Amino acid sequence: MRDLFTAQLVWSTIRLSTPLILAGLGGLFSERSGVINIALEGMMLAGAFTAASVTYAAGNPWLGLLAGAAAGLAIAGIHAVACIRYKANQVVTGTAINILMIGVPGFLSGALFLSSGSTPQIAKEHLLPWTPIVMAFAAVPISWYTLYRTPFGLRLRSVGENPEAADAAGVNVAKVRYSGVLLSGILAGIGGAYLSIGQSSLFTRNMTSGRGFIALAALIFGKWRPVQTMLACLFFGFTEAVTIQMQGVVKLPSGEDIPVQFIQMVPYVLTIIVLAGFIGHSRPPSALGRAYEKER
Amino acid sequence: MKLLRELLFPAVAVLSAFLVGGVFVLAIGDSPIETYRLLIGSALWWPDGIGYTLFLATPLIFTGLAVAVAFQAGLLNIGAEGQLYVAAFAAAWVGITLAAWPPVVLIPLCMLAAIAAGASWAAIPGVLKARFGSHEVINTIMMNFIAVALVSYFTQYHYRTPGDPIMETAPIGANAHIPRLGRFITGFPERIPVNVAFLLALAACAFVYVLLWHTRWGYELRATGSNPSAAEYGGISIRKQIVVAMAISGGLAGCVGINEVMGYRHLYYDGFSDNYGFTGIAVALLGRNHPVGVLCAAFLFAILSRGGIPVDAFTQHVTKDIVQILQATIILFVAAEGFFRGAFKKFGWSR
Repeated sequence: MRDLFTAQLVWSTIRLSTPLILAGLGGLFSERSGVINIALEGMMLAGAFTAASVTYAAGNPWLGLLAGAAAGLAIAGIHAVACIRYKANQVVTGTAINILMIGVPGFLSGALFLSSGSTPQIAKEHLLPWTPIVMAFAAVPISWYTLYRTPFGLRLRSVGENPEAADAAGVNVAKVRYSGVLLSGILAGIGGAYLSIGQSSLFTRNMTSGRGFIALAALIFGKWRPVQTMLACLFFGFTEAVTIQMQGVVKLPSGEDIPVQFIQMVPYVLTIIVLAGFIGHSRPPSALGRAYEKER
Repeated sequence: MKLLRELLFPAVAVLSAFLVGGVFVLAIGDSPIETYRLLIGSALWWPDGIGYTLFLATPLIFTGLAVAVAFQAGLLNIGAEGQLYVAAFAAAWVGITLAAWPPVVLIPLCMLAAIAAGASWAAIPGVLKARFGSHEVINTIMMNFIAVALVSYFTQYHYRTPGDPIMETAPIGANAHIPRLGRFITGFPERIPVNVAFLLALAACAFVYVLLWHTRWGYELRATGSNPSAAEYGGISIRKQIVVAMAISGGLAGCVGINEVMGYRHLYYDGFSDNYGFTGIAVALLGRNHPVGVLCAAFLFAILSRGGIPVDAFTQHVTKDIVQILQATIILFVAAEGFFRGAFKKFGWSR
């Protein structure tokens, strides 16, 4: 049991948390502006597929990373236009984007690489194992500063808390919300890119496997605040790392494997408990937003 | 005229989605006309085509109704996927445990198990919303993942036949099987898996229609959905409505388990659902949350998923992923109907 808690576990926790932190912060910008984003999963898939394809074709991971961010941005653009311009139901639009992004990568890889659902292997020297990790952890203080110490952050929060009041104060509500949603696409796109050109070396069908939703859970668990969201992501990354390390190593006294399913449930069960207010109530911090407005 | 206007937007949304899909097909160098001819032709006119289409429509009718009932009460049930997994497993569990019981008792019992399991699983987010005000969208999403993990645990560790490499339970007793429609209709081959659950789905449409529009309780449910504060003022208990609406929604989603376990595979197969719960959102939305609309929309989406298979096989490059692209585009267009409303107004077609 002691062998489990090693440097390897810490390292693995950091690697597994990275895509969650990027997508979680993405969700933060969208949801603090007042637009629900359950499309993080789809935006990550768009980023992952595009980054892998471009890196393979161009032999340049930086171009791949940029393309991944751009793909996330483009998908977020669909969400933003539907939700803000045409006032579509935000949850329904998010669901549609997630379904769309199950289909599009398979469709395109069938035509581009003559394979259903995955891209060709990328050479090891063309991967970016470090950059997205640095970006993720740098994005936390930057997001905090942006949200709480800049005029843009104030506008973003005010639009999310009370758009009527923000509008009366001269804030262009639609413009601020577009910025929030598009930012979330860029961050989630980078998070997805890390999966395909950082953690592994190709895109595989549905490779996010629910990470967009775990990021959303972390955002709620972190009470829609950057630092707390990062801590939640680290915790959820840790549970995943433990799951991977435990398999076949740790056994119950009866000699059987510990069922991984129960560890996999942890983030989701905790989110429900926190949302219901059993341990530290989680709500969009409306009071905090208004206090800032008054002080100004 | 009112009916025509109701039909206009969904029809335009579907046609526009096919146009967008056509652009995708053109972009990779295949013929959209050939693709759609294969897609629709195989689902409707090929031998056995219509039978398989009806089979695929069955789960979508149930999940579409599930989402629609919740929506009429002002709730968004994103959790049909989890509810149908729990329900299918419950049906299999009863079918395995009480395998020797006579069909007259066992068949209704298995059905009840599926409905009750789906209803209870959906009632949890209902209670959480009614009691603590936590949002049902987030809780139903979380409950989906919990359901998948929980059922996969029971399958893997407790109900799998020893040595079976596939994640599936032991078969249910033959007394719990429900017959395929081919047994009753001459000339309809019995190899087609459409079964009695399809008739149950039609009955469910009628049930939802009568319940929502011809009972006092349905009136209260719709009042809760359209104007909660007025409903509360009129003496309706919103909290009770939320829990009951979620339970009925989950029970309907749970009926998917009847089709899958009792009518088709005769065991619980882990991960069987082809996104039925999420497609149900599209079905309800396109069907305007009305049972008749749900029936038509489920049929359309079943055509898409049936037709995806030959498209995959017989076109140069197009894969069955085109189905997801079409589904998603239809949802987007229906959800953002202001897009068309604006264009229609410009041409003077709409108020």
